[in-house]
Amino acid sequence: MSSNTQNEWPLWEVFVRNKAGLDHKHCGSLHAADAKMALQMARDVYTRRQEGTSIWVVLSSQIVASDPGEKGMYFDPMEDKVYRHPTFYELPESINHM
Amino acid sequence: MYTQAMSVGPQDAPSSKIKSADEMQREAAFEARIAAGDFIEAKDWMPEHYRKTLVRQISQHAHSEIVGMLPEGNWITRAPTLKRKAILLAKVQDEAGHGLYLYSAAETLGTSRDQMLDALHSGKAKYSSIFNYPTLNWADIGVIGWLVDGAAIMNQVPLCRCSYAPYARAMIRVCREESFHQRQGYESLLVMMRDGTAEQKAMVQDAVNRWWWPALMMFGPEDKDSPNSEQSIRWGIKRVTNDQLRQKFVDATVPQAELLGITLPDPDLKWNAEREAHDFGKIDWAEFWRVVNGEGPMNRERLGARVKAWEDGAWVRDAALEHARKQARKQAMKEQAA
Repeated sequence: MSSNTQNEWPLWEVFVRNKAGLDHKHCGSLHAADAKMALQMARDVYTRRQEGTSIWVVLSSQIVASDPGEKGMYFDPMEDKVYRHPTFYELPESINHM
Repeated sequence: MYTQAMSVGPQDAPSSKIKSADEMQREAAFEARIAAGDFIEAKDWMPEHYRKTLVRQISQHAHSEIVGMLPEGNWITRAPTLKRKAILLAKVQDEAGHGLYLYSAAETLGTSRDQMLDALHSGKAKYSSIFNYPTLNWADIGVIGWLVDGAAIMNQVPLCRCSYAPYARAMIRVCREESFHQRQGYESLLVMMRDGTAEQKAMVQDAVNRWWWPALMMFGPEDKDSPNSEQSIRWGIKRVTNDQLRQKFVDATVPQAELLGITLPDPDLKWNAEREAHDFGKIDWAEFWRVVNGEGPMNRERLGARVKAWEDGAWVRDAALEHARKQARKQAMKEQAA
């Protein structure tokens, strides 16, 4: 990263709930000086057409993420556990809606 | 609003240094993912040249959105009715939003916002040449919506499938909002052509005469003069060539012009039954390169306005940051005392 970013406002990740009953979903990021400003700006940047009923903002530096380089090691072990899916079990036609 | 400059300006040559076996293996795996139609995410490994190409394209696209606010912003206080003023305000605000989505997408590639702004303000980065033309009368605002945003949409829709996922996601959002831009422009021209005085109708024709060719130039140089297109298409950064998009735009626009009752300023424009497409006249590429290289009618004015806004806002940015630091210190002291 550049050395001239000391005066850059910190980066925030924005999560928006489209409507009551749904999850908050990541929709992008923005720069803001503090949390209050981040919320106000998130409203203006990401919900200009009533896309939201609730917003979360979190400092990007606070996000802890899995390592994409270890994606295989991390997620592949679930690949052979087909018995975790309902379709693994064959049942008689008459009660197969179970 | 738009991207074209993405394929113009200084290009980064692929690195010619000798690659390690490990790097070659990673590159092969990357190429295979692209070939399989996979999306690339921010933290995934990617070749340096792919990263640089994207940073240049996305940041130039972002700059275009930001500079694109200036020609229209000129007319906010002069809009003929409150309705048109509210529409124009909403559109200009959208352009700011689009710029922000795109800067964020570019930042995921490891470049900072300040670096990108610095490149814009120092004149190092390009933005779409279209914004270096002046908006002389109110009909220009309608024509920008119709032709400039129309050309932008043509260009941007394929980018929603760009292999770099953060860019593709930003483009989906942009495209969803952009269609109002084109429709409001065309509708305002319809009203002028239907209810306007002879003078107002002449304004529409005048605006079309001035914007038509620059709009065609928005698609960038002809394919034969776009040496980097092939690599971008192979990488899924670009999906359709400049000439294909330009042709599509001309074919879509001709019937819209007819309905409006205006003439597109090209005597060579005619339907070619054999090609099932319109033939059109030769674009003045010398003009295009003049404008790209800083000699357009409004280059200095646009960049000057942009730099002034940035510098005039410096104290606000500094004050907000200092306020945030002060609040954080106060909070920490309170917590310590408790």
